[in-house]
Amino acid sequence: MIKLSNVNKIYKVKNSKIHAVKDVNLNINEGEIFGIIGYSGAGKSSLIRMLNQLEKPTEGEITIGSKIISSIKGSELRKARQEIGMIFQHFNLLWSRTVKDNIAFPLEIAGVKKQEINRRVDELIKLVGLEGRENSYPSQLSGGQKQRVGIARALANNPRVLLCDEATSALDPETTDQILDLLVDINKKLNLTIALITHEMHVIEKICDRVAVMENGEIVELGSVLEVFKSPKAEITKKFVRQVMDPSENENVIAHLKENHPTGKLIKLKFLNEEVEKPLITTLIRKFNCEINILHGKISQTHIGSYGELFILLNGEENEMQNALNYINEYGAEAEVVIQNGKTIS
Amino acid sequence: MEKLFPNVKWETIFEATQETLYMTAVSVVATFILGLLLGLVLFLTSKGNLWENKFINSIVSSVVNIFRSIPFIILIILLIPFTMFIIKTMLGANAALPALIIGAAPFYARLVEIALREIDKGVIEATRAMGAKTSTIIFKVLIPESLPALVSGITVTSIALVGYTAMAGVVGAGGLGNLAYLEGFQRSQNDVTFVATITILIIVFAIQFLGDFITNKLDKR
Ligand SMILES: Nc1ncnc2c1ncn2[C@@H]1O[C@H](COP(=O)(O)OP(=O)(O)OP(=O)(O)O)[C@@H](O)[C@H]1O
Ligand SMILES: [Mg+2]
Repeated sequence: MIKLSNVNKIYKVKNSKIHAVKDVNLNINEGEIFGIIGYSGAGKSSLIRMLNQLEKPTEGEITIGSKIISSIKGSELRKARQEIGMIFQHFNLLWSRTVKDNIAFPLEIAGVKKQEINRRVDELIKLVGLEGRENSYPSQLSGGQKQRVGIARALANNPRVLLCDEATSALDPETTDQILDLLVDINKKLNLTIALITHEMHVIEKICDRVAVMENGEIVELGSVLEVFKSPKAEITKKFVRQVMDPSENENVIAHLKENHPTGKLIKLKFLNEEVEKPLITTLIRKFNCEINILHGKISQTHIGSYGELFILLNGEENEMQNALNYINEYGAEAEVVIQNGKTIS
Repeated sequence: MEKLFPNVKWETIFEATQETLYMTAVSVVATFILGLLLGLVLFLTSKGNLWENKFINSIVSSVVNIFRSIPFIILIILLIPFTMFIIKTMLGANAALPALIIGAAPFYARLVEIALREIDKGVIEATRAMGAKTSTIIFKVLIPESLPALVSGITVTSIALVGYTAMAGVVGAGGLGNLAYLEGFQRSQNDVTFVATITILIIVFAIQFLGDFITNKLDKR
């Protein structure tokens, strides 16, 4: 649906140049929720703003559907923009217009007839759950409600693509989750392709199918959210994963387990989807002649499935334990020996 | 009344008031239009905006600055040939208009520019992202979103214009300033000066009141 080939963005400021986006190649599939995560200044906004040419790429090509977004201009560009919705961190509503008139604005721009505008606005108000607030002004709304108006406005012209620039960064956790739920809801209902940028791993975890991690203008990691959560490769990705997995908690657990289990191997299992894990433990117990204790487990729910960690304690013959470990790895789960006979290994 | 203001001829006051109101009204309307245009050009051609253009921006900016710096009384004198050319006389209310408008429009243009700068950049960007034309951005975003500031700006400018009409009056343009100077000051009829002053004060207060009222009404922030 969205394709970026060798996209570069260089800002010229006074005598220096800022290479904000470096050689980005990316394919975003139709109907998926694609997240781009990175710290401040990584180039996320620059990247997403090129998708509707709010910023022109210095180099490279961007296509959305069959349109080459990066090179069109004038009325063709305006037409293309009407088919791409966008929502913003600070909502960017017109204070001088009511909720209704804000939502009607893109329709006015597209030259839709008055009657049709009214019908469509009512429909959108219902879709985002703002019944009764039609005639309020933005200043009378909460942040979450403002973003709902932003979403309704972005969807007014039935876009195929929705761009979200830090759409939940100005909201509290509760409201963030409500807005994220709404995004998932419209993604399913309308088969809308969503590209979002954020600096919160929670957002990625909760709604994205795939994620790209950006650092200094480059995409350093790309993959399905589950994969990236399970085995982050880049240092920065590991940092982001820790945002939601909380490693300090793990350290406490390990210290505690080490004290209480002076013998055997303490193993950390990482697995995707809990169904995979249950038969594994059963088989281990049945097949291998060693003692298995499940000590601690934690599961994260992502949009496309669960990802978890499980601490188990193996006790028995060294040979048999090694066989069990091999079996686990063959099975597809990832096993890591953390403590052996009371000594920390990794 | 007769005793209190022995020299005041009320028909004359009434006529002078009408002249002042006429000069103010016409120049306010023209200043609003011209100032808005200049202000829009100043804003749109400035850095990072839709028509970013250093050359045009610095030219318009210099012209505005020059005319804003010339004291009004000198501007009237400088504009005599121009006024003679288009109005054909230096007497009467119409003769004051070119100087009033050329004196006030640059001042208002700056106020317009400031008002437009206050608009959230994000809103303009959101509108661009919706596929809006520049004209749509001007008429449906820039002007409505800065309207309270545009109105309070034209209020300030109108009050300055009332003052300018009085000055123009002294050099022959009629109105309350002319009356206060010729009938009041030169013929030492203090009561005439007093009544003319009070009338001007009432006009100024009325403009201020109306301006504040509309500004508050418009502001939904
Ligand atoms: N219009 C511009 N002119 C010059 N430099 C810019 C411009 N926009 C962005 N930059 C620079 O490009 C780099 C990337 O900025 P960008 O806004 O894309 O980052 P970001 O990942 O969105 O950060 P944040 O999370 O803070 O929004 C930064 O160094 C920034 O200073
Ligand atoms: Mg940003």
